[in-house]
Amino acid sequence: MNILTMKNIEKSFGDLQVIKNVSLSVDNGEVVSIIGPSGSGKSTLLRCATFLETIDSGLIKYEDKIAVQNDENGVARYVPQKELKNIKRVFGLVFQQFNLFPHFSVIKNVTDAPISVQKRNKDEVKEEAMGILKKMGLEDKADAYPYQLSGGQQQRVAIARALAMNPDILFFDEPTSALDPELTGEVLKVIRQLADEKMTMVVVTHEMPFARAVSDRVIFIDGGVIVEEGDPEIVLGNPTKERTKQFLKNYQR
Amino acid sequence: MTIQTMLLTMGSGMLKTCGIFILSLIFSLPLGMVVCFLRKSKNKFVSNVTRFFISVLRGTPLMLQLMVWYFGPFYLFQWSIRTWRFPALIVGFSINYAAYFAEIYRGGIESMAIGQYEAAEVLGYTKTQTFFKIILPQVIKRVLPAVTNEVITLVKDTSLAFTLAYQEVFSISKQIASKENSLIPFVVAGVFYYVANYVVAFVMERIEKRLNYYK
Ligand SMILES: Nc1ncnc2c1ncn2[C@@H]1O[C@H](COP(=O)(O)OP(=O)(O)OP(=O)(O)O)[C@@H](O)[C@H]1O
Ligand SMILES: [Mg+2]
Repeated sequence: MNILTMKNIEKSFGDLQVIKNVSLSVDNGEVVSIIGPSGSGKSTLLRCATFLETIDSGLIKYEDKIAVQNDENGVARYVPQKELKNIKRVFGLVFQQFNLFPHFSVIKNVTDAPISVQKRNKDEVKEEAMGILKKMGLEDKADAYPYQLSGGQQQRVAIARALAMNPDILFFDEPTSALDPELTGEVLKVIRQLADEKMTMVVVTHEMPFARAVSDRVIFIDGGVIVEEGDPEIVLGNPTKERTKQFLKNYQR
Repeated sequence: MTIQTMLLTMGSGMLKTCGIFILSLIFSLPLGMVVCFLRKSKNKFVSNVTRFFISVLRGTPLMLQLMVWYFGPFYLFQWSIRTWRFPALIVGFSINYAAYFAEIYRGGIESMAIGQYEAAEVLGYTKTQTFFKIILPQVIKRVLPAVTNEVITLVKDTSLAFTLAYQEVFSISKQIASKENSLIPFVVAGVFYYVANYVVAFVMERIEKRLNYYK
């Protein structure tokens, strides 16, 4: 079953149309990478999918729950807040800038939302969170504060925080772009580990070798449209579209 | 007048000064948050009216405002204001300081990175939870130095109560000084204000240190 279905998404900022009739479905257990030049609309697409931006037109559905669809005039109508909140449980988002809560310790960053938003049992959440931190190689950092951690560690905490909500799908917006090159590896390793566990993920990235190794499908976006998508070996290794070739050539450096 | 009776008389004034200070602070700190919300209201009318009142409160002498609060009820409604002196002072100080605190809070809230709100939103926090759990604690830490400045000014501003002939330490020292032809009451008052602010600075520094567990 598709976890995420996006159909004919349109999004403008004022006069600038940033997403043009984009459709994207993500299957259970699938890892999708989104690549494309700066300003092509990758972040905006993720932000629309996670309701941080409202779309102008189109349909977004998580599992079988519709979050937004067009009315008879072709204008996007969102379901009421309460239903939307329920749908939000399905996904998590990891930001480029981590956006950890600096006044919370690592363990509180990871456990606070499950406890105070999902109203789950404290001890149970804590135990689960320690397990996740361990998986992220951070079990000895549980009581540290974000400022005491390296960028790579902070991003792994951010991933742990998203995972603690038990999402069915996880979005990443350039999770390693704010990191020093020597720290990207540890974050990519964690994401790769999640992929091996069949976590459904959509990753916006500039790390082509990573995208090639981990994704089931690669999507190349330019100018707010999907130019090419498919098997990573084809899109990244032997693309059919001229625009994709050009983009990848610029990336070889 | 012996030095003992002088200190005793001034002591009662010091207590009254502390009363003004503490009550004004207790009311103005939270009231400032309310004013800040009104100022940030999405309703243009509400936010513009609030902005206007803030600018009046910050743009006119506090001494004048105290007079208006005290005599206003009499001139406007012919109410008796015999028991109104102390409440008028507290109202005047609290509202004036709330205007300053509101702008400090606003600066603090607006300096918060948008990413904090977005992270909270994606995690499903309600708007209220986001504000009280995520935003406010960080804002408090950020605005503390500016708030400390205002609190120190408030200690000194309590002396403006003399304009309403309220018998706090400054009024009393003025009276004793002219009656006794002596500078000593002023020296005593000066030492009192200085020590009071020393305590304020000490307490605020302790609070700042306690919030230093994160950056
Ligand atoms: N809030 C906004 N208001 C106005 N324009 C915006 C806003 N957010 C994004 N844009 C514009 O939309 C376009 C797409 O931006 P977006 O951030 O989605 O690009 P991107 O593909 O993520 O780029 P990058 O690789 O640099 O992150 C850009 O032209 C950008 O300037
Ligand atoms: Mg981006």
